Amino acid sequence: MFVAVTAALVVALALALVRAALGPTVFDRVQAANTVGTLAILMLAALGFVSDRPEFLDLAIVYALLNVVGTFAVLKFFRYGDLGHPGEETEQRP
Amino acid sequence: MSTIVDILSWVLLVAGGFFCIVGTIGLNRMPDFFTRMHAASVTDTLGAGFVLLGLMLQAGWTLVMVKLVFIGLLIFFTSPAATHALAKAAIARGLKPLLHRDES
Repeated sequence: MFVAVTAALVVALALALVRAALGPTVFDRVQAANTVGTLAILMLAALGFVSDRPEFLDLAIVYALLNVVGTFAVLKFFRYGDLGHPGEETEQRP
Repeated sequence: MSTIVDILSWVLLVAGGFFCIVGTIGLNRMPDFFTRMHAASVTDTLGAGFVLLGLMLQAGWTLVMVKLVFIGLLIFFTSPAATHALAKAAIARGLKPLLHRDES
């Protein structure tokens, strides 16, 4: 049963990677990376049930946190051109 | 009782997998970036929701279910924030939505 879900998630992952490869703008790629992250979380949980090892769920939680923080960092970089300098005021940013 | 829970969780898991695939197919077929965001959010909400619900039914009242609830809450709160940041960054960088396709 879980293997079926894992297979479906692998197909979805492949499709998301196709969009990551094709995506014309960088934001398509960031969106595809976000989707790949979500699918990776689900696959970790499903594989945790397949191999009967509950520790995978801890990995899924950590990966969910990292995925979001990574998405914000990439977006900030492409939005402002850099990740900001120490001691710089944020008001006058374009 | 346990067969009902098994059948229900099996249906939820298959539905979750189905919506994940639908979301990623939409990610590829949608013409424009902003419509693709809608398709990707289908994966985030329905796909993840059903899969996690199905796994919760399988886990029963254990610590595993608590972790699954936390994952669900995490996705529930962070996915819209990420999508919002994505749209804001795209518009700020001058990515115009495709309002009408000029059928020439």
